[in-house]
Amino acid sequence: MNLVLRLAWRNLWRQPRRTWLTTGAMVFSNVLLVFMISLQFGMYRLMIENSLQAFTGHMQVQAQGYNDDKKMRQTVPDIVPLASALRSQLDSDEVAARATAFALASSEERSYGIAVFGVEPRFEPHVSSIPGLVREGRYLDSNEAPEIVIGKVLARNLRVQVGDELTLLGSGRDGSFAAVVATVVGIFDSGVADLDRTIAEMPLGLFQDVFYMRGSGHQVVVNAPRLGQVAELKQRVAGLLPEDQGLVVQDWDALLPGLKQAIQADISSAVFMYAVLVILVAFSVLNTQLMSVLERTHEFGIVLALGLKPGRLGRLVMLETAMMGTMGLLLGALIGGAVTAWLGIQGFTMPGMDEMGAKFNLPSRLHPDVTIASLLSGPAVVFLFSLLASAYPALRIRRLHPVEAMRSA
Amino acid sequence: MTAVRCVDLCKTYRQGDQDIKALDHLSMEVEEGGFVCLSSPSGGGKTTLLNAIGGLDKPDSGEVYIAGERIDNLSKGNLAELRLHRIGFVFQAFNLIPVLSARENVEFVMQVQGVPASERREKSLEILEEVGLEGLEDRLPSEMSGGQQQRVAVARAIVSNPALVLADEPTANLDSKTADGLIDLFKHLNEHHGTTFIIATHDQRVMAYAKRLVRMLDGRIVEEIDQNAA
Repeated sequence: MNLVLRLAWRNLWRQPRRTWLTTGAMVFSNVLLVFMISLQFGMYRLMIENSLQAFTGHMQVQAQGYNDDKKMRQTVPDIVPLASALRSQLDSDEVAARATAFALASSEERSYGIAVFGVEPRFEPHVSSIPGLVREGRYLDSNEAPEIVIGKVLARNLRVQVGDELTLLGSGRDGSFAAVVATVVGIFDSGVADLDRTIAEMPLGLFQDVFYMRGSGHQVVVNAPRLGQVAELKQRVAGLLPEDQGLVVQDWDALLPGLKQAIQADISSAVFMYAVLVILVAFSVLNTQLMSVLERTHEFGIVLALGLKPGRLGRLVMLETAMMGTMGLLLGALIGGAVTAWLGIQGFTMPGMDEMGAKFNLPSRLHPDVTIASLLSGPAVVFLFSLLASAYPALRIRRLHPVEAMRSA
Repeated sequence: MTAVRCVDLCKTYRQGDQDIKALDHLSMEVEEGGFVCLSSPSGGGKTTLLNAIGGLDKPDSGEVYIAGERIDNLSKGNLAELRLHRIGFVFQAFNLIPVLSARENVEFVMQVQGVPASERREKSLEILEEVGLEGLEDRLPSEMSGGQQQRVAVARAIVSNPALVLADEPTANLDSKTADGLIDLFKHLNEHHGTTFIIATHDQRVMAYAKRLVRMLDGRIVEEIDQNAA
């Protein structure tokens, strides 16, 4: 080993208790950071995946401006052939056309305003988890039949069951009166209160007849195999769209800005907490290295007298911190990664999870998701801030005068 | 050729309300291969003079030349370079790096000088043998006696063959036998390697060997004795 490395390493162990305490603070904060970041980003992934899987999808083809102002007239023409073409060109079944309208849904006893979606029964299960969440009856199986599936909360509010009829009243695309009587064939329970209370699905063919859509619809939902591939697929889909129809592709963060904002707000508060933790560790390192430098003032005086330049001495102090930081990083990432991976397999619960689960369709047990980024990002920041903290004692050495330094005890 | 030349050096320290003249218009010259002992009562200015010659402290006025090069106006970095390559220091209190072994302490200066590892090792073992520490190379300073530590300090000071060695009370903490050994070593280096020595000391044995004795008082040279001529 290089003599300077050996010197730095042995200097660390002149005060083993102090070195272990400082390294321990680094390890503790690194374990905490690995766990928290893995949990946080695991939860975000689940929130996004579950929210998108439930209904919205990774991206939607829409008419320009529809996402900001959902007017019924802003349609995608010939939506079923377009969805079919995309399925074949993308070689994927995860493409489905939809149309949307607001309607008054009336049972024998009550009426509620709801959002009605016309869907392709054959392809909707590939882009939405709702068909798989039908708990009573069945999902739609015909593109024309006067059938409807509704959420569990809506069914309770309207006091209807499978087999009952609902009357829907609304406005057609051309502003005319739209009305239909449909039989409730299924009741779904998504676990997301908003969806279960306000959404109903009917076959797209029936929807287009009732609401005078003339073959058009409002959105073609497209899912990517993984969330990380959305940007790439979005570009591909945009390239496949007919150029003269003013169609655009909106990805999930444009479709659900609230979700992204909620995640950003959560990240901001978490970053503040992490910053406090990192700064505390940095101060611990500063304290250790400052004490270590003050204790060795006499010795530094000697090596300065021998001809070592103050800058090189400063680098020695930084090297000692880097060694301590590397131990903290490796041990922290190792212990943090092992504990988090174990919790990722076992899962665990936290107070308040039920409420959050209901809001974002999350499972009741949490499974942190260890990735290279979650394993190393926190410890790397701790490492860098530790080095930064040791810059002050290192710079202090530059002011040392060999004669005065050698006079100190 | 002149190894060291000091011209009209002045240095004043403030101690409480008093100004203490550590160097008072002092001038002196030391020839290459010289062996000069500085002696004075405590506070007479010999350590201040050594510090000024070694570039560890700057005089308030006057000029210091090492091998013809003026050094009192050099920057901190250039002074460090000068000390690293041309001057060896031996301090009263040994001043070894406690976490490095005897060999590593000697190697340390060479590492800073950029000497390759194999050469460092070879030279450090050779010099430790020369100062009589064969077999003790891997001991830490805490595992050695005062005399052995001072020998390591001397080995560290001379391993790079500096033209000038400045020693401040090198025998003060040594028993007489060890001190004699150290003086013999200095003699050997002076006679065989031509190393110039300037030693601040009260030790009569060191003074007895010196080619030239310089007595100082209140920062001035009050007596110079050329023992070669005597």
